[in-house]
Amino acid sequence: MPTPHPADEPLVLGDRRFRSRLILGTGKYPDLETMRAAHEAAATELVTVAVRRIDLSAPPGRRLLDFVDRSKIALLPNTAGCTTAEEAIRTAHLGREAGLSDLVKLEVIGDEETLLPDPVETLKACRPLVRDGFTVLVYTSDDPVLGRRLAGEGAAAVMPAGSPIGSGQGVLNPNNIRLLLEKVSVPVIVDAGVGTASDVASAMELGIAGVLLNTGVACAKDPVRMARAMALACEAGRLAFLSGRIPKRLHASASSPSEGLATAR
Amino acid sequence: MFRPLMSRRVVRIMLNGRERQVGDGSLLSDLLAGLDLPADGYAVEVNGRLVPRSEARSRLLRAGDQVEVVTLVGGG
Repeated sequence: MPTPHPADEPLVLGDRRFRSRLILGTGKYPDLETMRAAHEAAATELVTVAVRRIDLSAPPGRRLLDFVDRSKIALLPNTAGCTTAEEAIRTAHLGREAGLSDLVKLEVIGDEETLLPDPVETLKACRPLVRDGFTVLVYTSDDPVLGRRLAGEGAAAVMPAGSPIGSGQGVLNPNNIRLLLEKVSVPVIVDAGVGTASDVASAMELGIAGVLLNTGVACAKDPVRMARAMALACEAGRLAFLSGRIPKRLHASASSPSEGLATAR
Repeated sequence: MFRPLMSRRVVRIMLNGRERQVGDGSLLSDLLAGLDLPADGYAVEVNGRLVPRSEARSRLLRAGDQVEVVTLVGGG
């Protein structure tokens, strides 16, 4: 009987520990019931939320928060939509008050068309948020030097985009992720661009600490099934990384013995 | 401080980007109480600064104040 694999260490973000290494979003789902079912199917323990004006002219409707089981899932308010450090800091404080969570996904967008992060404003916002007691998870480009600078500013995790937000292209430059892993000691989480399960598995096989994704699940034809696929891929990729893969080689290496064939002369 | 209730001047503030009239020096908590807000999951700032829920009862509204009431919505 095969022995069960030894338990993995938890994902540590600030003073919180998570067994799941898959962080999901709460946007773009067909409805809130599907979102909740997808979160359950993935057994995720952390989900991102956005901070926006309450529509005061609309009658009070169904609330996102009523569809997140806070006994199992922590909230990660983001600063999506912010384009300056000042806006991001303001939004982070609002998110903390509304979500009662010290975690923040710092996201400062530098270009509306590509949604690429603004590295200068992102870096500027990091230290003040850390000083204000936030556990800052930073959405960033995959530049290893920038990642090191962010970790130096007190980021609790560096979260490079694998490819542009919502593009589903997977990790386009795995070498930069590898370099980033060498340069920073805080968790590296691939955030954005993940399209399907194999993207998650390949990313995790690089040795990153986790994956954050939204569109790949929320906009799949069957979001609940895709959530499960992403969770399995996350675990599979993690196990493969911990197991130590064989080196790639040009020539074949037979798996069966070369001696003792019955038809041998 | 004595403030006769009847003589309170009406002033304009901005609430979530829309103009609104309130009594000068009225309480932020009174404004919020009239908005049918949920018990939790929202946050308020005045003029770009967060006002913690515990301080809404002591925050007076003045002409031109910019009040923002936000909540958590779906996002990635």
